[in-house]
Amino acid sequence: MATITGLAAAWIAFSLLVWAYGESPREIAGQLFEGTWGTAYGAGQVLFKATPLLFTGIAVDVALRAGLFNIGAEGQLTMASLAAATIGARLAPSAPTWMALPLVMIVAIEAGALWAMVPAILRARFGAHEVISTIMMNRIADACVGLAFGYGLAQAGTVRTADIVPGARLARLDAFFPALHGSAVSLALLIAIATAFAAHAWLSRTRVGREIVLVGQNPIACAAERIPVRRRLAQAMIVSGAIAGLAAFATVLGYKGYFESGLGAGAGFGGLAVALLGRGHPVGLTLAAILFGTLQQGGLAINGRVPMEVMDVLQGVVIAAVALADSRVRDALLRRGVS
Amino acid sequence: MSFLGAVLSTTMLAQTLRMAVPYACAGLGGVWSERSGVVNIALEGTLLASGLGGVVAHHATGSAWIGVACGAATGAAFALVHALLCVRGRVDAIVSGIALNLVAAGGTRFVLRALYGSSSNSPAIEGFRMASLDGASGGALLVRTLVDPLAILTVLFALATAFALYRTRFGLRVRACGEDPVAAASVGVAVAPIRIAAVTLGGVVCGLGGVALAYDQHQFQSGMSGGRGFIALAAVILSGWRPGRAVLACTSFAALDALQIVLQDQIHAPQYAVQMLPYVATLVALLVIARRTSGVQGRPPAGLGRHAE
Repeated sequence: MATITGLAAAWIAFSLLVWAYGESPREIAGQLFEGTWGTAYGAGQVLFKATPLLFTGIAVDVALRAGLFNIGAEGQLTMASLAAATIGARLAPSAPTWMALPLVMIVAIEAGALWAMVPAILRARFGAHEVISTIMMNRIADACVGLAFGYGLAQAGTVRTADIVPGARLARLDAFFPALHGSAVSLALLIAIATAFAAHAWLSRTRVGREIVLVGQNPIACAAERIPVRRRLAQAMIVSGAIAGLAAFATVLGYKGYFESGLGAGAGFGGLAVALLGRGHPVGLTLAAILFGTLQQGGLAINGRVPMEVMDVLQGVVIAAVALADSRVRDALLRRGVS
Repeated sequence: MSFLGAVLSTTMLAQTLRMAVPYACAGLGGVWSERSGVVNIALEGTLLASGLGGVVAHHATGSAWIGVACGAATGAAFALVHALLCVRGRVDAIVSGIALNLVAAGGTRFVLRALYGSSSNSPAIEGFRMASLDGASGGALLVRTLVDPLAILTVLFALATAFALYRTRFGLRVRACGEDPVAAASVGVAVAPIRIAAVTLGGVVCGLGGVALAYDQHQFQSGMSGGRGFIALAAVILSGWRPGRAVLACTSFAALDALQIVLQDQIHAPQYAVQMLPYVATLVALLVIARRTSGVQGRPPAGLGRHAE
């Protein structure tokens, strides 16, 4: 229901904006479809765009279950990508995949978790609101990248790190499915989907995970039941950061092979949209990531005629519409005495 | 010039006041919104949208004052949407704020490209440029800042906000809605309209800040708010939701921005390290607020985020 409202609102906003720009919404929508799901290459590109969004979407979702807004996925991903690319480039060129890949993965997870730890501690220990602190951490991450590049992590005269060793790279899917030839979708997509199910299992089948969800529903009742509320809040935020860090799979290991400033920008806010639309279910998250991946790739496809920034606006419209429909449903249930 | 000399110079003072205008406007907007009980992280988007609104109107009509009016109107419209979503639509205020910030970030770039063919910046505009006061010295800049119509408007709005919030019937009702919407509704205060009015009024003030930001640069640049809306909100929290102190807190954050400008050619601290200052300071401020023992003064409005029925 809420999903349908979101899609309808997106369609209306899209039509209005395209029409205001002086183009035909129908034609542009056709072009959008042609550039995304019209060809195997386009579909591959959609999945490629969806991959980082799925990672950050899962990350935001985990925090959201505890009642926390992790708006810092952007910065967590940035730091994780920087760390993964730096370590990945320092390994011996002959490092085998079974060693290099897990190592770089751990580095990415730790960098993401570390970046989330500051807001986590500020929130759990001191009660400081995580929305502002995570946004500040995003800005600090950007400055840190500039600082790190200034201190020699970048290749001379560029704003990118050195190439990571071949053993740390993820294969592209077109190696297995020739139809996808040329599109940048990589094995990271499968890792992202696996992560979605793993996170779901963690939240619903382990003690810590279930307690995190309960804390999100009613922290006061949880405190009365002797659940360590603050610890669970901090854990949710740190795990969220770790998952956002995993998105380095999509940006560095599966795509560029190095880190450059601006790589993965927008994935954090896209992740918020994915999490709000995905409704706390791995399949929902995956579908939401694919939807927003379609919008991003579609934006590129229509950019010649209509500015692709339309798609950013749509993201916001979808979030607002879904939230609005959601609260309507909740109000209706409350009035009937359900829930 | 020594480090201390640079920090104590008139240039530093002038830059601080200059940077304080957008912060203070956003902060006052935040005070209006949050005192009525609506969390407002959409300040960031409001700054962007109103800045563009002001520049487009100024560019089209050639009148800086029409630009100011349109910028304020854009801010009001933007805040009105936030208010309607939160108050009438019962959307979580954070979610609504995130959505509106995305719309503002993408929408301003879209409009820029639609109108001017570039998604990064608008053509140059005149703003309130006073030819007789041109000059690069700190003193000239200070005088320019002090007679800048937007700076004067900001001071007036700060005084008016403090007066209206504490000395008028409307202000009392706004505070009542923010403290306890249920009790306010029970004595006949129309909570939803009061809240919508307060948030929209906040949008007008915040809109002035957006215009000031753009006029100061003599053009609109995409993403030019640079997190100032969020920092202003932190300043509001730091001030204990009181307008006078909010302006002071905003000015101190502005001083960090000014420090960045003043120190640029003074010391050899890496540019990015200085750039981090306002953000790190905000984190520290959040920590300080959280540790503060909560008295009656300076605590959040009790009805923040709660509905009347």
